[in-house]
Amino acid sequence: MEIEICSASGRVITKLPVYASSTVGDVKGKIHQAKKGPYPGRQMLRLEAKGKALDDKSTLADLGIKSGGKLFLKDLGPQIGWITVFLSEYAGPLAIYMWIYTRPWIFYGDKAASKPYAQVVHIAAACWGFHYAKRLLETIFVHRFSHATMPIMNLFKNCGYYWGFAAYVAYHVNHPLYTAPSYDIQVYVGAALFVLSELGNLSIHVALRNLRPPGTTERRIPYPTSNPFTALFKYVSCPNYTYEFYAWLSFTVMTQCLPAGLFTIAGMYQMTVWALGKHRNYKKEFAKYPRGRKSIIPFVI
Amino acid sequence: MLAKAYLIFYNLALTLGWGYVLYLAFEKRNDHTKMWKHVEIPLKIFQTAALMEVVHAAVGIVKSNVFLTFFQVMSRVFLLWCVLEVSPPATTSIGVPICMIAWDITEIIRYGYYFLNLIGLSQLLVWFRYTLFIFLYPIGITGELICIYYSLDFVKQKKMWTYSMPNALNVTFDYQYALILVMLSYIPIFPQLYFHMFAQRKKILGKNKVN
Repeated sequence: MEIEICSASGRVITKLPVYASSTVGDVKGKIHQAKKGPYPGRQMLRLEAKGKALDDKSTLADLGIKSGGKLFLKDLGPQIGWITVFLSEYAGPLAIYMWIYTRPWIFYGDKAASKPYAQVVHIAAACWGFHYAKRLLETIFVHRFSHATMPIMNLFKNCGYYWGFAAYVAYHVNHPLYTAPSYDIQVYVGAALFVLSELGNLSIHVALRNLRPPGTTERRIPYPTSNPFTALFKYVSCPNYTYEFYAWLSFTVMTQCLPAGLFTIAGMYQMTVWALGKHRNYKKEFAKYPRGRKSIIPFVI
Repeated sequence: MLAKAYLIFYNLALTLGWGYVLYLAFEKRNDHTKMWKHVEIPLKIFQTAALMEVVHAAVGIVKSNVFLTFFQVMSRVFLLWCVLEVSPPATTSIGVPICMIAWDITEIIRYGYYFLNLIGLSQLLVWFRYTLFIFLYPIGITGELICIYYSLDFVKQKKMWTYSMPNALNVTFDYQYALILVMLSYIPIFPQLYFHMFAQRKKILGKNKVN
């Protein structure tokens, strides 16, 4: 049979010979082979000009496309691997924070490095380092990605965000005129909660990994496992974000630093947007999705 | 109906207001260092009145994107009240007449177009509304950046709006750096707004051709 590939404006780009058993991925490959479109990872195919992206694994028969049917092609722009993006996103903040932790003259003048450091400044550097080292390791060993690539512009946006905030927070926490909290207990409680939140975050990432069988992009409903940290799945769809928020909140309390608080708020805003989207997708995808689960904050959002 | 009457009044008032600002600016065409003082008060009134456009979009009597409108209006209101108002070197810079050329003509045509649209004469200014921006928008941006640039040194000397450590919140604010960040933010934002206008141009002028 033959189908038409159209642009978003409805213009016919090409006609392709296909089988009912061909998958969307096969069609993308053929479009590329016929030199009518970019490489498959850069293509998005849709049933309607502004519809939802089709899954590469669906066959034309599944989608009800008959001979003479139409698919709409969108060029997503240059793509870059998720792993590349994640590694640059997280290696940057680690390097930048540790560099500023040495109090380089360029930020604080000549003799800043020899001025005394409050104990909390060392603890904060350890927390920051632990967080980003954990993320780097997770990217390499834990995460399984459901999409192979993302638009290259995301690299610039994400790196701008993470690197910029790393420098902004590090500048204030490591400042020679930094004022440590008056009570040590504030530092110790903050540090303890930070570590617990990080462990919680790691537990959720591992649970999500085990949910998705190796080599597949299959999706299932996550439930609490034997790890007590994963109990949060009873209350929210994205407990990894909940724990991440708790971690930065603890960091802010520990350092008593407004820029860290702004970083927490910005991250929380972005994670709430993501969590609401993921929550919606779960509910749409699974008819039996547990009622009463919220997106990110138990009982609230 | 009441909303329409109000919008007719609002857009007519701003068309005339910006016409007056252009006239005042023209009077000082030979000495741009005196232009700011001459246009200052009416300029502040009519530019600040543009904040109402955000309200219009928010309450829905005008169909535009609230955030886009907010950022468009805020960039100029910010320049007026947080740069020109506080930094004399910016007011005598060449940036002021450049802004006046771009802003005044843009706004007379924009508000004039809205006004005529509301009373049913939409064809008169539509081509100008969706064409002149091609030149005037980059000119306006240039003027704005020049004004900010000329304020930097003054802000630094006076340590204006600067908050430094040590303090209990462990935060600093340096207005000079904030202004530099504002200038840098034009790099990603300007192309988006500019190409958004080209898309609007294609949509509006293209549609007219078919009819």
